[in-house]
Amino acid sequence: MSRRTFSMGGVHPADNKISRDCKIEVLPIPETVYIHLGQHIGAPAKPIVAVGDKVKVGQPVAEPGGFVSAYIHSSVSGTVKSIAPRKDLAGNPQMCIEIAVEGDEWLEGIDTTDTVITDFPDDAKTSLEKIKAAGIVGLGGATFPTHVKLTPPPGKKCDMLIINGCECEPYLTSDFRTLLEKGEQVAIGAAIIKNVLGVDKATIAIEDNKPEAIKHMNEVLANLRKISSKYAGISVMSLMKKYPEGGEKQLIDAVMHRQVASGGLPIDVGAVVQNVATALAVYDAVQKNKPIIDNSVTVTGECFPKQANLLVRVGTPLRYIIDYLGGMPADAAKVISGGPMMGKAIANLDAATLKGTSALLFLTKKQTARGKEGNCIRCGKCAEACPMGLEPFLLNRLSRAGGMLDQLEKNAVQDCIECGCCLYSCPANIPLLDVIRQSKAQVMGVIKARAAAKK
Amino acid sequence: MSTTIIWTIAIIALLGLVLAVVLYLVAERFKVVEDPRIDEVEKVMPGANCGGCGFAGCRAFADAAVKAPNLDNNYCPVGGNEVMKKVAAILGYEIKEKAPMVAVVRCNGSCEARPRTNDYDGYASCRVKAALYSGDTGCSFGCLGCGDCVSACQFGALSMDPATGLPVVDESKCTACGACAKACPKAIIELRPKGPRGMRMYVSCVNKDKGPSVKQACANACIGCGICFKTCQHGAIVFENNVAYIDPAKCKFCRECEAMCPTGAIHGVNFPKPIDKDAIKARIKERNAKAAEAAKAAAAEPKKEEA
Amino acid sequence: MEKLLVSPSPHIHASVSTKSLMRDVVLALLPAAIVSIVFYGIGEIVVLGTSVISCLVLEYLITKYLLKKECSVGDWSAVVTGLLLALNLPASTPWWVVFAGAVVAIGVAKMTFGGLGQNVFNPALVGRVFLLVSFPTYMTNWQIPGGLFGADAVAGATPLGVIKEGLLGGAQLSDLTAQYNWSDMLFANIGGSAGEISALALLAGFGYLLLRKVVRPYITLSIWATVAIVSLAFSLAAPDKFTGPLFNLLAGGMILGSCFMATDYVTSPMSILGGIIFGIGIGFITMMIRYFGSYPEGMSFAILIMNATVPLLNNWFHQKKYGRA
Repeated sequence: MSRRTFSMGGVHPADNKISRDCKIEVLPIPETVYIHLGQHIGAPAKPIVAVGDKVKVGQPVAEPGGFVSAYIHSSVSGTVKSIAPRKDLAGNPQMCIEIAVEGDEWLEGIDTTDTVITDFPDDAKTSLEKIKAAGIVGLGGATFPTHVKLTPPPGKKCDMLIINGCECEPYLTSDFRTLLEKGEQVAIGAAIIKNVLGVDKATIAIEDNKPEAIKHMNEVLANLRKISSKYAGISVMSLMKKYPEGGEKQLIDAVMHRQVASGGLPIDVGAVVQNVATALAVYDAVQKNKPIIDNSVTVTGECFPKQANLLVRVGTPLRYIIDYLGGMPADAAKVISGGPMMGKAIANLDAATLKGTSALLFLTKKQTARGKEGNCIRCGKCAEACPMGLEPFLLNRLSRAGGMLDQLEKNAVQDCIECGCCLYSCPANIPLLDVIRQSKAQVMGVIKARAAAKK
Repeated sequence: MSTTIIWTIAIIALLGLVLAVVLYLVAERFKVVEDPRIDEVEKVMPGANCGGCGFAGCRAFADAAVKAPNLDNNYCPVGGNEVMKKVAAILGYEIKEKAPMVAVVRCNGSCEARPRTNDYDGYASCRVKAALYSGDTGCSFGCLGCGDCVSACQFGALSMDPATGLPVVDESKCTACGACAKACPKAIIELRPKGPRGMRMYVSCVNKDKGPSVKQACANACIGCGICFKTCQHGAIVFENNVAYIDPAKCKFCRECEAMCPTGAIHGVNFPKPIDKDAIKARIKERNAKAAEAAKAAAAEPKKEEA
Repeated sequence: MEKLLVSPSPHIHASVSTKSLMRDVVLALLPAAIVSIVFYGIGEIVVLGTSVISCLVLEYLITKYLLKKECSVGDWSAVVTGLLLALNLPASTPWWVVFAGAVVAIGVAKMTFGGLGQNVFNPALVGRVFLLVSFPTYMTNWQIPGGLFGADAVAGATPLGVIKEGLLGGAQLSDLTAQYNWSDMLFANIGGSAGEISALALLAGFGYLLLRKVVRPYITLSIWATVAIVSLAFSLAAPDKFTGPLFNLLAGGMILGSCFMATDYVTSPMSILGGIIFGIGIGFITMMIRYFGSYPEGMSFAILIMNATVPLLNNWFHQKKYGRA
């Protein structure tokens, strides 16, 4: 048991990793895929194909629409049917490229074999170009374009690369399975990122509820170190299981005992954090020339008939995945994209998967329905649980009073990472995070406006 | 005994005197010189401090009005022309009279018209809901039904109708301060001129989706068919983004668009008589027939000349 | 098409509710209640029963007919108030006095502020103090425990009362304290209000609350530490006038007050630092009243006085935030 963890707050929801023993299975390609143009934080991509064009697997179909943006590739081969708004999983219309699937023809140059290539280019620039061209975004949830994150602003030095294998959300197992089944590729990906950043140390952080993964990664790294000196300086760190360990700021605190200042970036304290799935995508991009066209998705839930970890092509309709595994269970009340703590409830099952889709979680009404809101009994459990050291009870009160933006800012509402620990632990079922998230958005607006005015 | 009383009285009197002098001096020292007209203007204001004018409250408005060179940019929507005339009289300015406005809810997707596709289980606030997803129905533009507008209204002019799930404006209480319009994350509440004797025509829908999907989502929606646009003889209908909008400045209250709208998305309110759709349709038909005849005649005439 | 439930994250909730927390407090108070029934017999059953039932009924009637709100009896908080009030009263208290205490506790101290979570002062303590100043004869009619089946209880004063009276009468402190040894005090062999008599049963309950993470130990520990330090200092300076730490920690309402009344969520500070200062204040005021006041026991007053400072403490002390100095 490891005692190493972040320094404040956190909760211990039941693990429920019921799909942990399901091997990653390749999902058959659907008849039609819908590729969103906004799969990342930042400007949506601009389409570079037209209706009627024939595309191959791995062919770019959209280019970055700004500095913080990413390439998007076709995940299938076939014909572009339409480029039009389509309702996303929240029911809001978003631009999508609809592709009718014909066969499975890959773009030339993509290595589709399973051979593991351990030797990678020393030149950081080549790797970075490949990462950018492959449209890699942070697959841990934030979907921030990776090439931007791997280009630290001048004057900032990175001391340590942290590969985030915490997977602290209950139910999710796709990163765990990736570590077990593609540990070597992840380690090579980590070495590539480490090389790009020019940093000496890299740590693969794994929570101690996944001892198999810790053991496997230690073995993999020992083998790789025998092959090449490029793998020196990469280690595995076991962390105590606690949610939200996988939060960037919490992970840096746990691994390096450093805290990112409010409004600052991880690089300010010399850290860069990348997810396990991102490291794998980097391996695929640099060693295999394969852009992000698929990702592993955990499909789980006690009420769901079949637990699975699936390798899913980007843009696969959710309903297709559900039907493949036996259809929507009758008692499932809510479907969540992601984990139960930070995932988004899906309003529209006709939507398609994105690069960052990590799980489809099915919960029954009993598991998920909110309790009736009661009076605040000032127990302070929300403040005790907050991993940012905020006082949700106070922020809630200020938010509901209305017009207290300066007070909210003073009490650091903008630091909220929306992890959900406060609402999770509130005995009176007060919708703390619902209210705080709203105020956070308003205060962030004020801060941005002020920064803009200064310029 | 009596000396004690005398001493007590003397000391207290002296103390009172000294403190009074101190208080007077302090008051003089920290006196704020203000234009007395600010007080006068504030007195004639409605005193609701609603912020509808764009200032923090009535006193802030009075302050701004006194300092402004004219009253063009300062208008109290709650007090209307009556109050503004008084303000103008105090300050010796002219005012531009404005037509009285009223809040109009531009969504008529009632519970029956919009089948629910989702159930919401979070904090009952339209803002929270809007940030999360498109709403409980297939329409991603319409009313979310959590009543942010109702709680924003300081005048009790808004209430949720439990039958339709939509907010209802009480015209007699609405002051057109605009708080509800600002509170609505879907921007479906619009301030429109009250109109002659309260008569108003408006399109009660803001859905910008294309016809077929709109029709599926809501039976009462504007499907962007453009019939109203073709029918209107006054050029009052603006047709943009698959949704119609009636320009209140041009509308002549003929109610032809209302009669012709296939989904009933166009509403006319406060008309003395209920609408007789058949009569209006007959009128339009007749007019169209005449126009067609005239066009035919016009087309035929030159032929005759040629002949 | 199926209707999907949509809500903002998080989508799961810890298995904790106001009800479960209050029920834990009730469970934690049960050992003390049982011990006092065993020692005091029927009288204690009457006090406990009257207190709990009248608190519940009053809360029900007030929420339903006066406030016309949704009834909050189901949250168990009225049971907690009733139990705490009863454990603060002598077993010989007549039922109508207990009822009057319940009216003040629920009706005045809790409901006038808006019910659970809104009150400034601990309702049970307000009820107790009201009774203490209004019915001093009933409230100081302490009994030496006789037992449920044993001989009749003997009327007598509490250790703190005996010592205060004795000192005023010019007796020697060492003679006065000689009649009490700490094991008697731990095991319910001294005179006092029901909840004061068995420190051990109360501590067991408190241990349960700590184990279940219902309360945090900071407030209690800081009260104990303050009481220990203050009494040690005074007793060392003037051993013939002031009682020592062990006696002060075990006597009177110290254990009940520090474990169950001062740690009441609603009326204690939210931050750890605030809680520690709150505890120091309670410990200090208690000792000052015990040593210099006219009442033998000062715990209730100390907690109520410090309750009043909670909004200030909450305003001044915040917990440490991530990445901020």
